[in-house]
Parts: sequence; C-alpha cells; structure tokens
Amino acid sequence: MTESFNWAMIYPEITLLVMACVISLADLSVDNLKSPGRTQTYLLSVLALGAVAVIAAMNAISGEVGYAFNNMVVYDPLGNWLKCFASIAMIVTFVYGRPYGVDRAMLNGGEYFILSLFAMLGIFVMISSNNFLLIYLGLELTTLSSYALVALRRDNGLATEAAIKYFVLGAMASGFLLYGMSMLYGSTGTLDITNVFKAIMTGQIKHQVLVLGLVFIVCGLAFKFGAVPFHMWVPDVYQGAPTSVTLLIAGAPKLAAFAIAIRLLVGGLMPLALEWQQMLMVLSICSLLVGNFAAIMQTNLKRMLAYSTISHMGFMMIGLYSGVVDNNTQGAANAYSSGMFYIVTYVLTTLATFGVIMLLASEGFESEEISDFSGLNQRSPLYAGVMTICLFSLAGIPPMVGFYAKLAVLQSLISSGLPGGVGIAIFAVAMSLVGAFYYLRVIKVMYFDAPLTVTSVSASQDVRIVLSLNGAMVILLGLLPGGLMTLCSNAIVRSLGN
Amino acid sequence: MGLLSLCIWAPICFGALIVALGKDLHANSVRWFSLLSSLFCFGASLIVYKDFQFGTAQMQLVENLSWIERFNVFYHIGVDGISVAFVVLTAFITVIVVIAGWEVITERVNQYMGAFLVLSGVMTGVFCALDGMLFYVFFEATLIPMYLIIGVWGGPKKIYAAFKFFLYTLLGSLLLLIALIYLYSASGGSFDLQDWYKLPLTASTQTLLFFAFFAAFAVKVPMWPVHTWLPDVHVEAPTGGSAVLAAIMLKLGAYGFLRFSLPITPDAAHEWAWLMIALSITAVIYVGLVAIVQQDMKKLVAYSSVAHMGFVTLGFFIFNDLGMSGGIVQMVAHGFVSAAMFLCIGVLYDQVHSREISSYGGVVNTAPKFVAFAVLFAMANSGLPGTAGFIGEWMVILAAVKFNFLLGFAAATALILGAAYSLWMVKRVYFGAITNDDVKELKDINAREFLMLALLALSVIAMGIYPKPLTDVMGPSVAQLLDQVSHTKIPKP
Repeated sequence: MTESFNWAMIYPEITLLVMACVISLADLSVDNLKSPGRTQTYLLSVLALGAVAVIAAMNAISGEVGYAFNNMVVYDPLGNWLKCFASIAMIVTFVYGRPYGVDRAMLNGGEYFILSLFAMLGIFVMISSNNFLLIYLGLELTTLSSYALVALRRDNGLATEAAIKYFVLGAMASGFLLYGMSMLYGSTGTLDITNVFKAIMTGQIKHQVLVLGLVFIVCGLAFKFGAVPFHMWVPDVYQGAPTSVTLLIAGAPKLAAFAIAIRLLVGGLMPLALEWQQMLMVLSICSLLVGNFAAIMQTNLKRMLAYSTISHMGFMMIGLYSGVVDNNTQGAANAYSSGMFYIVTYVLTTLATFGVIMLLASEGFESEEISDFSGLNQRSPLYAGVMTICLFSLAGIPPMVGFYAKLAVLQSLISSGLPGGVGIAIFAVAMSLVGAFYYLRVIKVMYFDAPLTVTSVSASQDVRIVLSLNGAMVILLGLLPGGLMTLCSNAIVRSLGN
Repeated sequence: MGLLSLCIWAPICFGALIVALGKDLHANSVRWFSLLSSLFCFGASLIVYKDFQFGTAQMQLVENLSWIERFNVFYHIGVDGISVAFVVLTAFITVIVVIAGWEVITERVNQYMGAFLVLSGVMTGVFCALDGMLFYVFFEATLIPMYLIIGVWGGPKKIYAAFKFFLYTLLGSLLLLIALIYLYSASGGSFDLQDWYKLPLTASTQTLLFFAFFAAFAVKVPMWPVHTWLPDVHVEAPTGGSAVLAAIMLKLGAYGFLRFSLPITPDAAHEWAWLMIALSITAVIYVGLVAIVQQDMKKLVAYSSVAHMGFVTLGFFIFNDLGMSGGIVQMVAHGFVSAAMFLCIGVLYDQVHSREISSYGGVVNTAPKFVAFAVLFAMANSGLPGTAGFIGEWMVILAAVKFNFLLGFAAATALILGAAYSLWMVKRVYFGAITNDDVKELKDINAREFLMLALLALSVIAMGIYPKPLTDVMGPSVAQLLDQVSHTKIPKP
C-alpha cells in the first residue's frame, strides 16, 4: 500500500509546505526597522522556490509519468514543467515586488511572502491533481491566500474594495466549480478524473446530467481565466490590488488554471468534448471582442492590461478547443501544446510588463496611468526598451515571442479543419489588430511624448538584472522559439499519451 | 555563418550595439561607428553581388538550417537574380541615410542610427527569405523600427502618421499570415516556398489566397486605392525615414507579388490580372494627376511614388518578359530616384523648415550646386532618357503596347504627367526670382550633402546609361518566374 503513495513524486509540494512553515517561523526574528525589505525572509523564499523549480525541472526532464497517493496526484512532464515555470514566475514576482512593497509598508510583516508561498502550494496541488476534490482544495488554498494578499494594504480603499469583489465573485466561482463536480460525482460515482473518464466512456450515464455538470465546471474555469462573461472581477482586482499582488494573480495562477483546464476537460471530460468545445468557442470569441475593445477605452495601465489579459485568455482558449477533431491525436497534441506555449509566454511577458510598472512607482506614487509613462525613453532607455519589447510581444508582432504563440494557436485552429475555423482565425487576427492599437498607444506615450519629470529611474541591482533578463528572454525566445515549442509539445504528448 | 547571414545580421547586431552603448554625449563617435557599420554591410552586399553566378535562375548562397522544428520552419535564405539587386540597394540606401542624418539628428542619435541599421538588416532578410514564415517574420519586423523612426523624429503630426503606418500595414499582413498558415496546412506541413510553388490548388482557393496576398502587398506597394497612408506618412516622417520608406519598404510589397502571388497562385493571378492592371493604370494616371496639384513637396513626391509603383505592378501583370523585367528595373530605379528626391527636400527643409512649394522660389540663385542635383533627380523622376527613371518605364510601356495598344497609350501618358508634376515643381521651387528672405539666406550644400547627393546622382546616371548589369543578373530568374506563372496549378479532376 505504501508504494502507491509514491512520496518521491510530491517532493516539490512537501518542500514548499515545509519551507513555508519554516519561513513563517524564521520571519518572526526579522526586525522591521533593521531590515525593511525583510531580506532574510525574501532570500529564504527565493531559495525555496528556486529549489522547487530545480526539482520540478529535473522531474520534467526525466519525462516520467506516474501517479501518487492512490491516483490522487498525477506526475507528468506537463505538470512538472508548469510547476517549474510557476516557481520561476513567483521568484520574479518577489524580486519585482519587494521594493514596491517596502515603499508601501506592505512588508511590515512577513505575510506577503508566506501567503504567496501558500498560494504557490495551492498552484502546485492544482497542477498535479487527478482528483476533483484535490483540484478544489488547491484552488481554495490559492484563492484564499490571494484574497488576503489583495487586501494586504488594509487602509487603502481601492484595495479593500478589490479584495471584497474578488472574494465574493471568487467564492461564487468556486461554488460553480464544486457544484459541477458534485454533478459529475453524482452521476459517475467517482472523484478520480481517470475513472470519471472511464465511466463516461461506458455510455451508460445520462448525458443531460453530465452536460449540466460540465456547464458549471466550464463556468468555474472561465472565471479563473477571467473569460467573458465571467471577467467582471479582473479589471477591478488588477487595478485595485497593490501592483505586486496584481502580478502575483496575473502570473503563476494562470499556469495552474491552464493545468486544471487540461486535467478536467481533456483528461476527464474528453467524451463531452463536442459540448465544451462549443462553450469555449463562445467564451473565447466574447473574450476577444470585449477584452480588446474595452482595453481601448482605458487610461489606467493596470486596467488596460487586465482587459488585455481577458483577450489573451480568449486567444489561448482557441488552442484548447482546436484539439477536438475526429480522433486526430497529433492535431490534438499540437493544439494543447500551442495553448501551453501561449500561456507560458504570456506569463513571461506579463511579468516584465508589471515589473516596469512597479519600478516606476515610487513611495506615495503609483505609476498606473498610461500618462505616467510619458517620455520614459528619455528617462530610462533600458526600461522603456523592455516595456516596448513586451508590448510588441503582447501585440503579437514578430520577432517577439508573442507572435509565435499566436501563430501556434492559429495554426492548430486552421489545421484542425474545424467548421468556421478560418473565419474564427480571421476574427482573431482582426482583434489582434485592435489590440495592436492600444499597445502602440503606450509605446507612443513612452517614446513620442515629452517626459513629465526628468528624474532618471533607479532600481536595485537585482531588479535591474532580472528585468533585463526578462526582457531579453521575450526577444530571444522570439528569435529562437523552437526549443520552448518542442518542450511544450513533448510535455503534452507524454502527459496525455496514456 | 554565410555571407547572406552576415548581410542580414551584421547591421542588426551593429544597430543593437549602438542603441545599447551609444550616448548623446559622444554623438560623433556614434555617427562614425554607424557609418563604418553601414559601409561594412554595403561591402558585404557587394561581395554577394560579386559572388553571384550570372546566367542561372537557381537560388544561390543558400543557407538552410532548422529553425522551429515543431512547425518545420527553416532558416532558409538565398538570393536569385531578382533579389540580389535589392540586397545591394538596401545596403547602399542605408549608407546614404546615415550620411543624411549626420548633422540633422542631434537628439538620441544612437537610437536613430541604430533603428536604421536594424531596419536595413531586417529588410535584407525579407529579400533573402525562402521560407514563408521567415519572410513573414522579417516582413512584420520592419514595422517596429519604422514606427519608432516616424514617431520619435517625425514632424508635427507624427503620431497620427506613425499609427496610420503601423495599423494600415499590419491589417494587410495579418491576412497574409492566415494565408501562410493555410498553405502550411494544405502542403502537409511545410513553409518552404519551393514546396508551395509545386502545390496544386483549386481555382477558388487560389483566388482567396491571391486576395489575402493582395491585402498585404498592395497596401505595402501601395496600389490605388489603398495608398492613402503613404502621403500622410511621408509628410511626417523624418527625411531618412521617407527615403528608406520610398526606396526600399515599398519594394517589399512589390517583391511579395513576385515571390508569393505570381508563382503560388498563377491561375488566380491570370484571372485577376485585369483588376491589377486596372488598379495600376489608375495609379499611374489618376494619382499622377493628384500629384500635380499638391502644395507640399513631400506629398507630391509621395504621390509620384504611388504612380511609379503603379508602373511596377502594371509590368508584373502583363506577364511578359519585358514587362516583368521592366517592373523590377523600375523598382530599383525608383529606389534611387525617390530616395534622392526626399533627401533634396530634406536639405531644403533643414534650413527653411517648410515643405510648402509656395515658401520657395529662386533657390538656384543662392544654392546653385544643390539645384543642379535637384534638377537632375527631378528629370529622372519624370523619366528622362539617360537617367534611371527612363529604363523601367520605357520597358513597361513597350510591354503594355505589345499587350494592348490602348493600355500602352494610357501608360505612356504617365511620362507627360511625370514631367508635368516634376518640372512644374522644379520651376516653382528652384527657378524664378528669389521670393523671400528664407531663400535669400539659404546656404549651398556642404561637403557631406554633396557627397550624399553625388553618390545618388552617379547611381541614377550609371543605371540610366548602362542598365545591363541589372537586366543581366535578373534575366534567368525572370524567365523562370514567367515559366512558373504560365503553368496552371489547378489539379485535374
């Protein structure tokens, strides 16, 4: 019996849990006055995440697939790579977010780091779960930590409002997801995703019940992605939360959302694919439309990026539903891996974008309005350059990596031969044209407008290095995207192959 | 790393280096470094021309490496007789542009020079790419530096112009992207142009693809009626930007017709040739008329560019040897002449800060050396025999007459229109009495400007008198292209 526990497979989770507890204890000894940036906690957290990222990467490279804890946990390259990327994203978030937090008295306690680590644990649990309950537990762990993080600046009205909104809507979404899961549990009699799949394949379960459950599950997932019409929370939370927390929500959790979408929809509910395909199609089209057009109207950069996230999630979903065509496994693998590539590169780009926003924010000043970026090129060509690379990447202009993400998704859509596929592709690229407009507007402000202040932008050494690397990655992966594409493709093939 | 890779990546690397390390404090070293880099790249492009084997239509100096394995995208580059001329032209114009921006640009010199060097490498990449996706990446990447050049160093309405340029051309090329992905699927997973040339396609598919290509390339050329972005952008762009835009970027569109529309969808090209010819002849005559009435010199040259590019597309869609070669010769000639015209306007603008024709008059009295060059270029622009402008137009008109006399007749009126708008501008700007104090205080060109204009003047005259190196080098490739276009690709039922 003990063998089926396969402890080795959940070493990353165990490490993270232990470290989170150790760090919360170690944090007690940190003196606020002597170390306003909580250097000790920060370094320990980065170290823990770094260790976990390395373990996950090594697991992923070994390419092994297995199950642990009586099939509750699945261990495969898809999950391991996502864990690795999520950990790196969290490290980068810490690096960017620390100076910002110091200026805003967010680091008077160690909560920022410890809650983030617990959120990370939740992300890990979600990524590797093979069981409805476990998915739900992981989700709650992540979102509960995030609610608290959003409200970390208690005295800030906007942040509190955002936290309440996030909490109420998030609770509702979790409810949706749980309700859908209970429907499926009721009809199939199992919580195990693999068994759910088998039970549905027998064809003896009433279709209507399954579809009803599916509707709720898709709603829950759509909320997590922030897809229209479940997107209401995204702009408010992105804008209201402290930027370091916004990045925390915008980064790593998106990878987890992708993972549970794959686990639930592809792993468990593939027999209902024709149904969820249509749902995702509607969601993605609405997201592209609303996200892009609403973003044009924004003057607040964080809010604009929130709407742009909505549209990007719509684009990514195209990859998820292009995989469902007449048992073409090669095409399916291509489609899912294009979705994975999209979300990984999206997170990479988002990190740098918010990194620059936080860098420009200083004590008592949030650089949230687009006009705050006026003449950034004259103040700091390096950071203006990083921001420009990222915005062009988000707009999908080659040779930035965002272009290849769009290319991969469109390719899987067109080669899927989906009815109306070419039409959706044309619609999607038309929407990216709209997207290009508002990204260009930010670049225009940075390069063509005169600066409001002449003070140059200063950053600590670690932020400077990480941000430069982050920007360089966006363009390097654009020049040589082959490696990451193959990685995603192999991960998907190996993980869904059995 | 091969010679062509050097031509593509050397300017990009030099450009990135200048952007990263240059500072306005040592602007002069930035300028010299940029000049040396551009000369180095020009030298490399001349070696490409020297190593090029004449008399064959084969792709040469080919480099083929796997780039994106998952999509079967290859870093596949090479040149044939059609593209080799543009590799040299691009490098040459970059040298000229670096010289042109020497004293004029005083702020953020490193970014200005860097942007042009990067742009030059990327455009060379477009001309060398033999892989559909590689072509698209280079084709789109040109937008980024050009957007910044227009927006940062442009005129008063630069922001409108930069956005119009970017979004207008992006709209066209997104449809190209869909077409490329479609071809990738249809060819069973290949982005290689050679594979696509052999791919059988039904008539209706070809028509759709043809118009997707048309959307991208016609906007870039630009053909009437999607030319409206060009005058706005030219007016606001800095002199160097206008020169590169007219001399090379417009050629990317025409080149796209040669690499994509004609050989991949030959049947659709034949079927819709009437439309292309109609649009081209409209550009030649109607836009020529529009050019006559312009008050702004840059706008006038911009409209004349549209008219001249009309000749290019006209030549392509007549489908005979003379027309096709004429079109390509016209592309190269227009590269020299339009760049020179814009640089001349730039010389005046730097001193008087006006582009209005009415602000000038009698410039010849104060700047005779400059006017000598300016008149030569205006003559070339109107197609005077002995200058570069004549050869291409004459070949295309000849081809048009062969094809249909009335069409030839209509095309030939362009020579009259060209003379009308070019010479009337010359008369109003350069000759006559001095009309105002600005012109009275005008200084004649200095050594730098003399060098820049003299290099262009030499090229214009040399090409006008002895175009053989150009026509020889492209002969076999044009013949092969015509052969490809003449075979139907519609699968037999």
